[in-house]
Amino acid sequence: MRAFDFATASTVSDALKLARPGSAFLAGGTTLVDLMKLDVMTPDRVIDVNALPLKGIKLRDGALHIGAMERMGDVAAHPVVTSVHPMISRALLLSASGQLRNMASIGGNLMQRTRCDYFRDVTSACNKRLPGSGCPALTGINRGHAILGTSDSCVATHASDVAVAFVALEAQVVLRSSDGDRTVPLEDFYRLPGSTPERENVLGPGELITEVVVPTLSWARHSTYLKIRDRQSYEFALTSVAAAISLKRGVVQDVRLAAGGVGTKPWRLRAVEEALKGGVAMERTFSDAVESAVDGARPLAHNAFKPSLLKRSIVRALLDAAGVR
Amino acid sequence: MTTSRRQFFGQAAAVSAGVALSAPAAEALANGAAPDAPGLVEVAFKVNGERQKLSLDPRVTLLDALRERLGLVGTKKGCDRGQCGACTVHVDDRRVLSCLTLTATLQGKEVTTIEGIAHGDELHPVQRAFIDHDGFQCGFCTSGQIMSAVKVVEEREVRTDDQIREAMSGNICRCGAYPNILEAIKQAKES
Ligand SMILES: Cc1cc2nc3c(=O)[nH]c(=O)nc-3n(C[C@H](O)[C@H](O)[C@H](O)COP(=O)(O)OP(=O)(O)OC[C@H]3O[C@@H](n4cnc5c(N)ncnc54)[C@H](O)[C@@H]3O)c2cc1C
Ligand code: SF4
Ligand code: FES
Ligand code: FES
Repeated sequence: MRAFDFATASTVSDALKLARPGSAFLAGGTTLVDLMKLDVMTPDRVIDVNALPLKGIKLRDGALHIGAMERMGDVAAHPVVTSVHPMISRALLLSASGQLRNMASIGGNLMQRTRCDYFRDVTSACNKRLPGSGCPALTGINRGHAILGTSDSCVATHASDVAVAFVALEAQVVLRSSDGDRTVPLEDFYRLPGSTPERENVLGPGELITEVVVPTLSWARHSTYLKIRDRQSYEFALTSVAAAISLKRGVVQDVRLAAGGVGTKPWRLRAVEEALKGGVAMERTFSDAVESAVDGARPLAHNAFKPSLLKRSIVRALLDAAGVR
Repeated sequence: MTTSRRQFFGQAAAVSAGVALSAPAAEALANGAAPDAPGLVEVAFKVNGERQKLSLDPRVTLLDALRERLGLVGTKKGCDRGQCGACTVHVDDRRVLSCLTLTATLQGKEVTTIEGIAHGDELHPVQRAFIDHDGFQCGFCTSGQIMSAVKVVEEREVRTDDQIREAMSGNICRCGAYPNILEAIKQAKES
C-alpha cells in the first residue's frame, strides 16, 4: 500500500475542504482498502467520512431518501425500505456477506470498482487502470465480463447489485461539491466506457454523494431481484434482473426492468418494458418480449452463454414479480 | 527475559513493517519524534474492554494491529481481501472484517475479538457449541466463524437451516466443516 496522509472529516464542508486532486474519501473501505492494498488505487490523502451526518432513511415528498453513509445491511433491514421498495432490500441482501454489509455504505457501493481480474492486477495491462495500456480481457479470460455497452477499450461490468435495483426504480443521486448540490439520475451518473473507460461516472473531483432518492411506486410491491451466480451466496452476479410489474386483470399496465452482470453499467431494459406493456401476463408474452434485451449484445469468447441466460432470467423475474407461475 | 516464539516473530514483523513506512513516518521514527509526527496517527480505542492507545502508520489494518501490535493472534489472516471471513471481529457490537478496516478509523470505538467473548474460564455458549459439535477441523477459520456466529445467534429473523447458511456465507471453511458449524449454531440458538 502506498503512503497517504489520513484525515478525518466531521462535517460535509470539512470533507469537501480536505479533498484535493489525488485524495479519496473512505467510507466502509471494503473497496478502497482492498484496492489500496493491491496498489490499484493510490490516493495520497485518505479522508475518513464515516462521521459525516449523511444518515437517515425517510419517506419524504413521495420518495424514499437514503443517506449516503447508511450501511448496506441497515438499509436492507429498514422497515420503510422493506415495505416501500422490497426490491432494494432484496438486492442488498443478495450482495456480499453479513460482515461486508455491516461495513459498506450506500454511497461507496455505487462507487465500487469492477471486479475484472486484469483491473485488479497491476502487473497486467488495463485501459481502465492505466489508460492506453490495452484491454487483455478482450481476448483473455472474459467469462464474467459484459456483453452490453462494451467498447474495444473495455468490457468490464459494473458489479453493484443495488445499483441495478436503483436504476430500475429511476433513483437519483444527490451530489455535493463546493459549487453546491446537484441531482443526477443514477442511470446517467454512470458513463459507458467508450474510449475512456477510466472515467466511470460524472462525479467531479472531490465531489461527494450525499443521498440516494428513490421515487415511490404504488406497484413496487410486485417486484423482485433475481441474481444468478456461480455459488449460492457471497458471490457477484453472472446475471441479475430487477423487475417490478403492474397488472390490471392480468394485463401488463406498467413494468420496470434492469439487468446486472451483463452491462458496463447497470442496464435498464426499456425496449423490453415497451414490448411488455398491454400484453397478457403469461410466460409466452414474457419470452416473446425479452428478445430485444440482447439487441446490440457483443458476447465474448467465454461468455457466449450470457445472452440466453439474461433472457431466461428476465422471464423468471417477471413470472416471480407478477406471481403468475 | 525470555522471548516467546510469538513475541520474536511479532518484533521481527514490526521491524520489517518499518521498511514499508512512508518517508515522513520513517523520518519521524528515525528522529525519535513525538507520536503525532507527520505520517503517524494516534488512535485511542478499546479492545476486549481494555483501553488501548496506538500510534501507527495509517495503512495499518485492524487485523495487523491486533496481531502485530497487541499480540492478539486469535484473529486470523486468511485472504486479507475481504473474501474469507477468517478475520471477523466485532466493532461497536457489529461483525466486520478486520482486514478491510483501517485502525485509524477506530478512534473511540470498541473492538471485541475471539479472546474477549468468554466469561473468565467459562466459554461463550457459541464456543461451547463448536466444541460439542466438532465445528472445525484445522481450526484456521474457527475464530472468524465463532465471531460471526455470535451475531447470527442473536439475529432472531435467522431461523431455518438455509437462513443460517446464508447468514454465515461470509465465513469460508476450506476444511468443509459446514454441517457441524450449522449444528453448533443451532444448539447455541436453542440455549
Ligand atoms: C468479497 C466481496 C464481495 C462483494 N460482493 C458484492 C456483491 O455481491 N454485490 C455488490 O453490490 N457488492 C459487492 N461487494 C462490493 C461492496 O458492496 C463494496 O465494496 C461496498 O459497497 C463499497 O462501499 P464502502 O462504503 O465500503 O466504500 P469504500 O471502499 O469506502 O469506497 C469506495 C469508493 O467510493 C468512494 N466513496 C465512498 N463514499 C463516497 C461518497 N459518499 N461520495 C463519493 N465517493 C464516495 C471512495 O472514495 C472509494 O473510491 C463485495 C465486496 C467484497 C470485498
Ligand atoms: S475489461 Fe476494462 S477493466 Fe478489464 S482489463 Fe479491459 S480495460 Fe481493464
Ligand atoms: S482475512 Fe479478512 S476476509 Fe479473509
Ligand atoms: S476448520 Fe479448517 S478452514 Fe475451517
